[in-house]
Amino acid sequence: MDRLIASIAQIFALCRKEILALLKDPANRVILIGPALIQSMLFGYAATFDLKHVPYAVLDQSHSAASTEFLSRLDGTGIFERQATLTNAAQIAGVINSGRVLMAVSVPADFATRLAEGGQAPVQVILDGRNSTTAGAAAGYVNSVVTAYNRDRAGQPAVTVVRRAWFNPNLDSRWQILPAMIATLSMLQTLLLAALSVAREREQGTFDQLLVTPLTPLQILVGKAIPAVLVGVVQSTLVLLVARFWFGIPMNGSLWLLYLGLLGFTSASVGVGMSISALALNMQQAMLYTFLLIMPLTLLSGLVTPIRNMPEVLQILTYANPLRFGVDLVRRVYLEGAGLSGIAFDFVPMLVIACITMPLAAWLFRNRLA
Amino acid sequence: MNDTPPSVVIEGLSKTFTGPDGKPFRAIDGISLSIQPGTLVALVGPDGAGKTTLMRMMAGLLRPDSGRLEVLGIDLAKDAQTVQNRISYMPQRFGLYEDLSVQENLDLYADLHGVPADVRAERFSRLLDMTDLARFTGRPAGKLSGGMKQKLGLACTLVRVPDLLLLDEPSVGVDPLSRRDLWQIIEQLIASDGLSVIGSTAYMDEAGRCDHVFVLNQGTLLAEGSPDDLRRRAEGLTHVVSPADGVPARDLQARMIDAPDLVVDAVPSAGQVRFICQPGCDQAALKALLHDCDCQPRKEELEDAFMLLLHQHDGSGGDVSAPPPLASEAPVASQNGHGDGPVIVVRDLVRRFGDFTAVANTSFDVKRGEIFGLLGPNGAGKTTTFRMLCGLLPATSGELQVAGVNLRKARAAARARIGYVAQKFSLYSNLSVYENLDFFGGAYGLRGKARYQRVSEIIRQFDLDPDAQSGNLPLGYKQRLAMAAGLLHEPEILFLDEPTSGIDPLARRSFWRTITALSQSGVTVVVTTHFMEEAEYCDRIAIQDAGRLLALGTPREVRERSGITDGYMNEAFIAIVEQARAAEAGGLEAA
Amino acid sequence: MRDSAFRIRLVALVRKETRQMLRDRSNLLVGLLLPVALILLFGYGLSFDVKNAPVALVMDNNSAAAREAVSGIGGSRYLVPVRVGSMAQADALLRAGKVDAIVRVPIDFAEQQARGKAQVQLILNGIDSTTATSLEAYINGALGTVTLRRIDRGTGGATGVGGVSLVQRIWFNEAGISTWYLVPGLVVLIMTLVGAFLTSLLIAREWERGTLEALFVTPVRPLELVLAKIVPYLAIGLIDLVMCVVAARLLFEVPIRGSLLAILLTSMAYLLVSLLMGLFISGTTRNQFAASQMALLASFMPALMLSGFVFDLRNVPLAVKIASQIVPATHFMGVIKTLFLAGTDWGMVLRGCAILLGYAVVLLALTWRTVRKRLD
Repeated sequence: MDRLIASIAQIFALCRKEILALLKDPANRVILIGPALIQSMLFGYAATFDLKHVPYAVLDQSHSAASTEFLSRLDGTGIFERQATLTNAAQIAGVINSGRVLMAVSVPADFATRLAEGGQAPVQVILDGRNSTTAGAAAGYVNSVVTAYNRDRAGQPAVTVVRRAWFNPNLDSRWQILPAMIATLSMLQTLLLAALSVAREREQGTFDQLLVTPLTPLQILVGKAIPAVLVGVVQSTLVLLVARFWFGIPMNGSLWLLYLGLLGFTSASVGVGMSISALALNMQQAMLYTFLLIMPLTLLSGLVTPIRNMPEVLQILTYANPLRFGVDLVRRVYLEGAGLSGIAFDFVPMLVIACITMPLAAWLFRNRLA
Repeated sequence: MNDTPPSVVIEGLSKTFTGPDGKPFRAIDGISLSIQPGTLVALVGPDGAGKTTLMRMMAGLLRPDSGRLEVLGIDLAKDAQTVQNRISYMPQRFGLYEDLSVQENLDLYADLHGVPADVRAERFSRLLDMTDLARFTGRPAGKLSGGMKQKLGLACTLVRVPDLLLLDEPSVGVDPLSRRDLWQIIEQLIASDGLSVIGSTAYMDEAGRCDHVFVLNQGTLLAEGSPDDLRRRAEGLTHVVSPADGVPARDLQARMIDAPDLVVDAVPSAGQVRFICQPGCDQAALKALLHDCDCQPRKEELEDAFMLLLHQHDGSGGDVSAPPPLASEAPVASQNGHGDGPVIVVRDLVRRFGDFTAVANTSFDVKRGEIFGLLGPNGAGKTTTFRMLCGLLPATSGELQVAGVNLRKARAAARARIGYVAQKFSLYSNLSVYENLDFFGGAYGLRGKARYQRVSEIIRQFDLDPDAQSGNLPLGYKQRLAMAAGLLHEPEILFLDEPTSGIDPLARRSFWRTITALSQSGVTVVVTTHFMEEAEYCDRIAIQDAGRLLALGTPREVRERSGITDGYMNEAFIAIVEQARAAEAGGLEAA
Repeated sequence: MRDSAFRIRLVALVRKETRQMLRDRSNLLVGLLLPVALILLFGYGLSFDVKNAPVALVMDNNSAAAREAVSGIGGSRYLVPVRVGSMAQADALLRAGKVDAIVRVPIDFAEQQARGKAQVQLILNGIDSTTATSLEAYINGALGTVTLRRIDRGTGGATGVGGVSLVQRIWFNEAGISTWYLVPGLVVLIMTLVGAFLTSLLIAREWERGTLEALFVTPVRPLELVLAKIVPYLAIGLIDLVMCVVAARLLFEVPIRGSLLAILLTSMAYLLVSLLMGLFISGTTRNQFAASQMALLASFMPALMLSGFVFDLRNVPLAVKIASQIVPATHFMGVIKTLFLAGTDWGMVLRGCAILLGYAVVLLALTWRTVRKRLD
């Protein structure tokens, strides 16, 4: 028992030193806070899939009351903004290629006649597919305008669709992205911090001094992992505050549960980072390896694109990615208000990853040192 | 004096930096001097004297705040590039590209200097021959030993004959053999190519080989002249004294160093103590100090003049390298288990890296309370031996006992009983002195009040400022802090890896004064060094080369083995290593 | 004479940089392996496209009218209807992520329809709002087809009031596959990566290892140092470009409608900007760790977020839009997407190249200053 307390006191001394060394450097203090703040702002403002304005061009060859009425429906939505009125079909290429408009609507000359005959009047919509997601959204808007128009003309009993979106009533993509950033942004830094922790001491020559103390490799590992986990949780808090108070995204779940989850998630990423640290010979390698790992981890996390859209093989690969579970967990707790049972599926795999990577790092340490 | 214009003219030169504490710091403070072409000139001075700053200014890398600086008759402020085309400069840490091979490094510099292909072949073969690097042309520069790297750096600066060669401390961290080789190359080139060389150095024997010496201190020029001129300043003040039988020379030396009113400087040498007395000191008091010893006058040397000059100059202001505070106080009361048996036992120690045998069949003991020196050229295996003794590296085979603990079985237990001071300053630079010591206290298992008391005690003993940031300390204080950290847990054995590398004579004196005090209090000290005169402080020394133990014994015994009984340790060392290498080569030929 | 000395020195330095680059495995890993991994990930792994999304159908009213109202869902190629017995069941499926949306026909649907007030409930999972938004549009469209079919049936009949049908064409990307715009964007990302991130370590490393001090006191000129560092990484960048183009064409069948020459020219121009940006950061910070952090923040993040790569610049607030125009990657992104998907618009290419070269010149001047041969 006494030996356990002594051992914990030694680890505590190492933790204190790590945190002091980290916070005393003014450049470090900036790096710990600056990027997380800037990036959460950037993601909050720039990362949006919500199409609110569609600049479009009109080629009205019908010049009829019917066509004018139809087009006014588009203008009436507030989403479609008429940027150009064209006089012939050849002009369409110009306005679309240059990116001036996202969409061109071409009303044929026989539009009014066909409608009057009770037939179908085809209206051509040309979309700029250079960003097919945006194009798809714009197409969806036009579609619903046309559907409403037809319904009104037919004077049929209307079937209205009443939409309700759970957890994100306005389907704001900021709500989708920012809470996920609570996990993502902190991972970037904790991974790097953990990866550099040993490499930096090796490069500065302080590692030998540390090794001649009675500290065991396991104590060194734990003493270096704890501060990195703390930094990760603090950064998560920073992003959480930005999401909650700057962007006003309401939080539905329990704060305690969120932090429990984040603790598990950060431990898993620190475990991965410590393994890199044991492998890297110098700081440059540690940085490059971390970077090499971070890109796929982010892309395969379900942060921007749904995991379900990935091919089977990659879907299986994501099970080794702590961020996949981290992103899911934060979203579930923050937006869904999930309870403990709701996050078990995310929490357990992260613990498994931590339980594999930490001993792996310890093993690597011992073998590298020998 | 000849008619050609001087190669360097400096008038009223000054340069101020912002110090780490934010205060301005005058690195060069109104220096004027002129250097003649075709000569070998030395800049000497303690750390922080401004040697490197002056070198960099002459190379056009730093712009003076005021004053005039002309190199090869060209004003550096106006046309630095033309000067840089014509001179060569070897910085303290020569920037070899470690991932490029020896040949590729040479080619790069030859291309940059536009050396034509026909000249190149002849020049390269001559340089490779002189530096003895011809065997290693394909090896990456990073895999060369420290001495070979330095020689390659020199070769890179000499790919063509420069009009002026600037060498900034070329021999720091280089063993005596490589040091001798370096200077031989330079002297050969001066003779054959009429090279002009300005070199800075901390070794007075190197300065003694130069035509002209400038002594710098705190950014000012203290003195200049030929080595003979300077030497004469200490005329009549230099003596040598033999201690009474059974008294180690270093104890007598310590006694003398502690009487600064009477003695400027004292060094143990060949079982005696060489010292300089204060000009006009109280002769009766000096006699009283040396009552039991035989005192003889001796011929003055350049180092004597240097020490005298610095002591006279520093008399006014406090200096970092002032004698240590430990003089009267025994710093560590390590009286635990004062047995007589050996505290370190090494038997048939072997360490291999792949095919390469770094340490072969080495055996020695170290007695309790002894100062044990581990000497050898770069790459001799002493660092490997040292790391094995500290438990940083497992042995391939052999027995290794430190402080009564078998290192192969219980490394952690042994670690608690040893202290370690690394070659490079290796504490956390951005932590304060107190924070560093507090951390190491914790790592060694000290807790709560006991830790606080121990840390406060050692800070007081070593006269450190607890709030100062470690990285900003002057070199001498960094060394003290590293020692303090190594002694925090009152170890039985203290390991010091090249503690004096790159440190000027003044700071070295104060360092060794601390070590002698430690030894008197019962701590065993194991030390590696490149300064052979420092072997004189040791009770026993071991000389290693190519992984083998060549000599083991007291400094006197080792000197006698070499056949050079009255000379310096330096020569004895070189003789032993060369004899062994010749025997090896002879053995190979015979086989 | 001066020229040839310049050439000899430059060749020597380029050779040195190339050797150093080739001997460091981690460099090549980031320079060549990471791009390959990214190409495969982006090409195969990432997709915004909704395909066969499961939609729970809860028919609380199972009248013929109700069945007709939701019949369009089965016909949509984006949606797969899943019949579910109760709302509670559907709720559980949505929470578990087994279905992406619930369409519920309320119990009083028939009555309400008779009164002309029929409603269908659509419940979406807003956690993935991107998918949810697409789904909403598809479901709306699917439900709307019913009306159109009635008009069709009524053609020439008594109720013939006529209706508008949409003929939709998505130019440049007919099938609306997100891979088609992600892959050209990836070229930008990879050029940024190789350029800024790898080179950000170069000058800083020489400062840290002290190799510049000796190099400065030689006839070498600052410009030669900068140019020599660009050349090997320009080569790596071009290899990556070729890999991207080949993979885009052969693996992902992205049409390359523009001229290859134009693609090469603009990519070179952007690569130059990106390399110089990395070198400038490296020379300013003189510290590898800080440099790599800066490079990520100042070049990689903007290229990812602000260039219109994934997030359409039409959607962002004005301030972000202005900021995005300052980012060089934005200008390259516009041109490269057009070149891949639309064809060669030389006016656009030349304007883009001019802007990029402008950046390159400014950055070259700035970088030059950071390696002026002085230590203070």
